[in-house]
Amino acid sequence: MSFLSQLINGLSVGSIYALIALGYTMVYGIAKMLNFAHGDVIMVGAYTIFTAVSMLGLDYWIAIILSVVFCTVLGIVIEKIAYKPLRKASPLTVLITAIGVSYLLQNIVLLIYGSHQRPFPKIISVKSIKIGENLVISGEAFFTMVITIVIMIILTLFIKNSKTGRAMVAVSEDKGAAELMGINVNRIISITFAIGSGLAAIAGLFFASTYGFIGPYSGAMPGIKAFIAAVLGGIGSIPGAMLGGILLGVVEGLSKAYISTELSDAIVFSILIVILLFKPSGLLGKNVTEKV
Amino acid sequence: MTILETKKLGISFGGLRAVDDFSISIQKGQLYGLIGPNGAGKTTVFNLLTGVYKPTDGSITLDGENITGKSTIEISKAGIARTFQNIRLFKNLSVLDNVKLGLHNRVKYNLLTSIFKVGSYSRKEEEMNKIALELLRVFGLENEAQLPASSLPYGMQRKLEIARALATNPKLLLLDEPAAGMNPNETAELMETIKFVRDEFDMTILLIEHDMRLVAGICEEICVLNFGTVLAKGKTSEVLNDPRVITAYLGE
Amino acid sequence: MGAKSEKNKPFPGGIGRFRQKYDNNFLISFGIMIAIFLFCFLMIATGNATRHFKSLLVPAGINIILAISLNLVVGILGELSLGHAGFMSVGAYAGCLFSIYTQELFPIGVRFPLSLLVGGLVAAFFGLVIGVPVLRLKGDYLAIVTLAFGEIIRSVIINLDFTGGAAGLKNIEKHTTYTSVFIIILITLFVILNLINSRHGRAIMAIRDNRIAAESLGVNITYFKLLSFILAAFFAGIAGVLYGHNIGSLTAAQFDYNRSIEILVMVVLGGMGNIKGSIISAILITIIPEMLRGADKYRMLFYSIILIIMMLLNASPRFAEFKRKIRIKNLASALKSKSRQKEEV
Repeated sequence: MSFLSQLINGLSVGSIYALIALGYTMVYGIAKMLNFAHGDVIMVGAYTIFTAVSMLGLDYWIAIILSVVFCTVLGIVIEKIAYKPLRKASPLTVLITAIGVSYLLQNIVLLIYGSHQRPFPKIISVKSIKIGENLVISGEAFFTMVITIVIMIILTLFIKNSKTGRAMVAVSEDKGAAELMGINVNRIISITFAIGSGLAAIAGLFFASTYGFIGPYSGAMPGIKAFIAAVLGGIGSIPGAMLGGILLGVVEGLSKAYISTELSDAIVFSILIVILLFKPSGLLGKNVTEKV
Repeated sequence: MTILETKKLGISFGGLRAVDDFSISIQKGQLYGLIGPNGAGKTTVFNLLTGVYKPTDGSITLDGENITGKSTIEISKAGIARTFQNIRLFKNLSVLDNVKLGLHNRVKYNLLTSIFKVGSYSRKEEEMNKIALELLRVFGLENEAQLPASSLPYGMQRKLEIARALATNPKLLLLDEPAAGMNPNETAELMETIKFVRDEFDMTILLIEHDMRLVAGICEEICVLNFGTVLAKGKTSEVLNDPRVITAYLGE
Repeated sequence: MGAKSEKNKPFPGGIGRFRQKYDNNFLISFGIMIAIFLFCFLMIATGNATRHFKSLLVPAGINIILAISLNLVVGILGELSLGHAGFMSVGAYAGCLFSIYTQELFPIGVRFPLSLLVGGLVAAFFGLVIGVPVLRLKGDYLAIVTLAFGEIIRSVIINLDFTGGAAGLKNIEKHTTYTSVFIIILITLFVILNLINSRHGRAIMAIRDNRIAAESLGVNITYFKLLSFILAAFFAGIAGVLYGHNIGSLTAAQFDYNRSIEILVMVVLGGMGNIKGSIISAILITIIPEMLRGADKYRMLFYSIILIIMMLLNASPRFAEFKRKIRIKNLASALKSKSRQKEEV
C-alpha cells in the first residue's frame, strides 16, 4: 500500500479516536474526572448493535438508534450510581471507582456473551472511492471521517449557541459560580455523560465495523488511546480532541506500516509520556494553575 | 529592625495586573494588617511572599536576605510561615503529627535512620514531641494531641494551623483571614491568641482580615489594598479614618 | 510506673522509646505475619499441608509484597499507580536473567539474594526514570502514564531477543521457597512500616492530605513522591524475581494491566494506607479464587464490585462518621484506663 493510503487509513482510525476523545474531554472538562469506563461504553454500544442485528434480526437503522439510546442511558446511570456520590471525594477515589466500572462492564458482557470474539455485522456499505491509479479510499473510512466531522461541527455549534451548551462551559470554568448563577450542575453533568456516551455508541459502530470483530475487551485499548488523544490535543478542548485523535490515528497507522505492528502501541504510549514532559497542557489546551 | 521589606512588588496573570507597586516595610515584633475589599489581591500578596507565585517585578527582602523568586521550600526555610484562608490541615494525621510536620526542616535525621530506627531516631523524635507538645499546650490543644486533626472543632483547627506554622520557627508569620467563620466570642479569643503569640514568641505577624474590629483592635499598622495597588498605609487609626479608604469600603 | 516518671513523659498516654520506634501498626503487622508463618510451618511439619496448600504459599507471599509496596504509593502517598505489574516484570526479567547468566559464577546462596537485589534495583531505576517527569503532574496523569509504562514494557519485552520474546524466558532455576518469601516479606514490612513512622513517612502522608500545606512547611514534594515511587518499584521488582524463581519461566503476558489491577484490588480491599489490611487482603485474594475454582469466571466481576463498593463506602460521610466513632471510642477508653492506672499508683 502506498503512503497515501496508509495515511488515509490512519485518518479514518484517527477520527474514531477523535469521537471517543470527545467524550473523554467533555467529561473531564465538566466533571473534572477521568472516566476510565468510557472505552467500555463503546464496546457495550457495539454489542448492542451486534445483538440487535445478528441475534434479533432488526434493521440496521433501528439497531444504531437502539445502541445510541442504550449507551446514553447507560452513561447517565453510571454517573448517577457510581460518580455522583463522589463529587467531593479525592480524585484518587473517583479514578479507582471508574476503573471498577470499566471492569464491571467488561465482565458483565463477558458473562452474557462469552469471551470469544464475535463477527460484527457489515452495516456500513458505501462504495470505495478510487482516486488516480493506486489510491483507493474505502467506503467505511470515508463515511467514518465525514460523520465524525459532522458530529464535531454540530457539537461545537451546540456548545456555542444553546443555553445548555453555554451552561456546560460555565460549569467547566467554575462549578461553584455556575451554581450561584442558577445552573443545575448535576443536570449539566448528567447531560455531558449522556452526550459522551451517545457519541461512544457511534464510535463503537465505526470501531467494530473497521475491525470486523468485537469482544468484551474491545473497548479498553481504544479507550485508553482516545484518552491519550485527548491529552495530546489538550484535555477539555473539543477541537483539541479532534486534532489529537486524528494525529494519534495517523501516527499509529504509519508506525504499524513502517516500523512494527507489535511496537505501535508502545509508540503511541510514548507519545503520551513525551507530550506530558514537554507540553502537559496539550497542543490546544490552556495552562491551569491550582488555586491556593 | 526591619523584618520584611517589599519594593515595587508586582505580578501579572496574562494581561491582568493582580498586584502592582506593592511596597511595605514591617518591623520586628509588629502586628501588621493587610486589608481591602474582596479581590483586591491580598491573598495574591501572600502567595508572592511565600513563593507560590513568582513576582514579575520588584523585590522581597526578609531580615536582610533577598528572597525574591525563591521557591516555597526555600522561603519556608528562610523563615516565612503561613496559614490559609480555607484551613489546610493534614486531616488524617494526628494533631501532634500536624505540628511535627512544622518541624520537618528543624529537627532532622536522614532516610537510613528512618528505615533502620538506629542512631538519633529516638532522640530526635523525643525532641520533636517535646517542642510540638509545648506548642500545643500554648494553644490549649495538648489533650487533643492524639486525635485526628479533622476531628477538631473549627476554632481549634484554626489554632492548630497557627501552631503548625509556628513550629517552623519563622521570622515572619502570615495569617490569612484567621477570624473567617468565627463568631464574635471566638474572634475575641483569637485576638488574645494572636497578641499572645506575638508577645510570647516575639513574633512578627502580617495578617489579612475582614473583621475590622480585630484589625483595629490588634494591628499597629495596616496597609489597604484596592485593585492590586496600595490605597493607603500607616498607623491603623489614621488609615481607617482616611476618606479614600472609607470610600473604597463603602462605595461613593 | 510511678506517677512522677509519668509526668516527665512527653505526653499523657506516655510513649517510651520502644513504642516510639515500633507503634501498634508495626507490632500488629509483624505479629500477623509471624503467626501466619508459624501456622504454615506447623501445618507442613505435622504433615497436614496438602500439595495444593503448599503451592499457594509462595504466590500468596508474593502478593503480600506487591500489595504492601503498592499501598505505599496508593494509600500513603495518595497517587494511583497502574503499572505495578510493569515494575514487577522489569525486576523479574532483570533478576532472572542475572541468575541465569551467573550460574557458573556464584553458588546459589550468593546468586539468589544477588538476583533479588538486581531485580529490585533495576525496577527502582525504572521507577526513577518514569517518576522524574511524571510526578510533577497531577494525579490522573500519573495513573495513565504508569498504565502506559506497563504496556510499553510489555511490548518491548516481547520484541527483544534476550528476554525470549513472546515465547518467554525459560529454564530459570526454582529457588524460591516459602521461607525466602517470608524473609522478604518481613524486610518489606520492616522498611515500609519504619518509613511510615518517621519524619519521612509523615512528610509523604502530609503530601497526600494537603500538598499545598506540606509545601508551605518546606516539604520537598518531588523528593518524597519519588522516594515512595522508587521504593514501591524496588519491592515490586523483588517480588518479580521471587515469582520467576518460583514458576521457572517468565512471559510478558503474565504482567499485564489486569495484574496491576489485581494488586490494586488487594490494596483497596485491605484499606488504602492500611498495611495490615493489605497483608490480609492479599492472602484472601490469592486463596479465595483457588477455593472457588468453579467461580473463576466471576473473579474479575468480584474485583470490579470490590473497587466500586469500597470507594463508595470510603466517600460516604455516614461510614466515615461510623469509623471515626469506633476510633475515638477506642482511644477514649484507652486513655481512661491509663488515667485509672495512674490513680491507682
